[in-house]
Amino acid sequence: MNTRTRDAGRAFAGNRLAVIGLVTLVLIAVFCFIGPLLWRTEQVHTSLGDTFLPPGTGHPLGTDDLGRDVLGRLMLGGQISLIVGISAAVIATTIGALYGSIAGYAGGAVDSVMMRVVDAVISIPTLFLILFVAALVAPTVGALILAVALTSWLVPARLVRGEALTLRNLDFVSMVKVMGGGSTRAVTRHVLPNTVSTLVVNATFQIADAILIIATLSFLGLGPRPPAASWGGVLSNGLQYEYSGYWWLIYPAGIAIIITVVAINLVGDGLRDALSPRSAR
Amino acid sequence: MTRFVLRRTVQALAVLLIVSIVVFALMHVLPGGPARAILGPRATEAAIAAFNQANGFDLPLPEQYLRWLTNALHGDLGFSYKRNEAVASLLRQTVPRTLLLVGLGTLIAVVLAIPIGLIQGVRRNRPVDHVLTTITFTLYSMPVFWLGLLLVDIFAVRLGWLPPEAPSGGPLQMLSNPAGLVLPLLTLSLVTIASFSRYVRASTVEQLEQDYVRTARAKGLETGGVVLHHVLRNALSPVVTLLGLSLPWILGGSLVVEAVFNFPGTGFLFWNAAQGQDYPVMLGVVLVVGIGTVLGSLLADLGYALLDPRVRDQLSTT
Repeated sequence: MNTRTRDAGRAFAGNRLAVIGLVTLVLIAVFCFIGPLLWRTEQVHTSLGDTFLPPGTGHPLGTDDLGRDVLGRLMLGGQISLIVGISAAVIATTIGALYGSIAGYAGGAVDSVMMRVVDAVISIPTLFLILFVAALVAPTVGALILAVALTSWLVPARLVRGEALTLRNLDFVSMVKVMGGGSTRAVTRHVLPNTVSTLVVNATFQIADAILIIATLSFLGLGPRPPAASWGGVLSNGLQYEYSGYWWLIYPAGIAIIITVVAINLVGDGLRDALSPRSAR
Repeated sequence: MTRFVLRRTVQALAVLLIVSIVVFALMHVLPGGPARAILGPRATEAAIAAFNQANGFDLPLPEQYLRWLTNALHGDLGFSYKRNEAVASLLRQTVPRTLLLVGLGTLIAVVLAIPIGLIQGVRRNRPVDHVLTTITFTLYSMPVFWLGLLLVDIFAVRLGWLPPEAPSGGPLQMLSNPAGLVLPLLTLSLVTIASFSRYVRASTVEQLEQDYVRTARAKGLETGGVVLHHVLRNALSPVVTLLGLSLPWILGGSLVVEAVFNFPGTGFLFWNAAQGQDYPVMLGVVLVVGIGTVLGSLLADLGYALLDPRVRDQLSTT
């Protein structure tokens, strides 16, 4: 571990809110991925004799409209929300980083054209683009990840391009050419590694955004289809019974989304403060 | 300044051109191309060929693009066979309503987010700041549709103060029935406040650390006076840029609000089109929304430059 990473780690550990966020996220991940091993529930077949049971013994959070255990459903839904959020953020960041570093390193006309394309696509609201993609393809988990990723690479592209523009004029990058190295080497070995902290911070916020977006897609009827469920799906399903008093179909899933998104944002803020050279001193 | 305006306008025109190419490309990634999308999955090959020939979809792509662009510039955005109405006419009915919702919603959000962010910045890490941060963080992290339905549950169902659905009719009729607008506007502005006030807070904190603030304080000015006379203006000009940058995000929020309240705007139109796979309508909306956002961010940038001479100089030299 080099000094910079260690300093950043120390700064992050000193940020109480960021640490709370990180611990919360770990607990949520354990709940979603390890929970189902300990709390086994039937989530595929419906059990119409046990519908709308209030929280109590046997079902700590009650059952839903099809008699499925809500606690188990939250674990399953959390898996999909987290998997889609994280995968979409990773793919979007990778695409954006490559696109942005190429544009920034190339500079000149290539850069202008590539960035005007980003300006154009970014001016079409993400939700509209995602709905378009979701209307085209069946909303499987893979398709959702791609839809979210394909509409969120633009911000990282802009960020990396900005940094690449500065980096290309610094000696250690411009010397690559003098020493006989190609552009590919300059970009992959020298430009990209120096944008990692920007990318990590942005990717964190993108996970939070992606979780909210797929929740919205479920509400709009274009989310993952049952028996698969995301938190948003569980929440929107529960909201159909908003006035029937079945609060356990709404609040657990809604609060799970809020807590996760807040926790991710706290971690993101913490990472940004820890990694930015200005505040590290 | 003139040079900056010119440069920025030319740039916006280039972006608009690319937006049109993107929408044209979307039209051609549709399964089976535009003919299949319009005629439906059961159309025969012969019908599709005939449709393609009649509408020029058998021409080379660049020529098709030019024809499509010319039509679009003349206000012809295609025809919705599902609704049996021209896309342009659907947009003429819905765009003013969405402008009303987004315009008023954003205005309310800006007016409230500025004092909230300022208080948070000035009283940083004090109880007020913590309370406001908790509220805004929660609102920001809450799915918009849930917030909307929760407000409906409280104000329409339990208290019975406000109608649960948006008013119908044109924007003027809507304004004459303001009770119906309250909940959609409240939902949209609460989410926007949550996002904007965080930004104003950060901007205020940054300004308070500047030397000129220390100087003003050293001269004996009260904190309140310093904030009002010096910090406010410097902390606010970035908000104009933020407005421009947030426009796509606000429009996305507006789509959800329109879906929750059955608000008959462009987002609602788009949502219905997405469910019914009414591609001509979807493409028309994407084009218009894209144009609107490009123009909005152009205005925001020009406004920012007008407010802050430093930015103007910087931008016209780069």
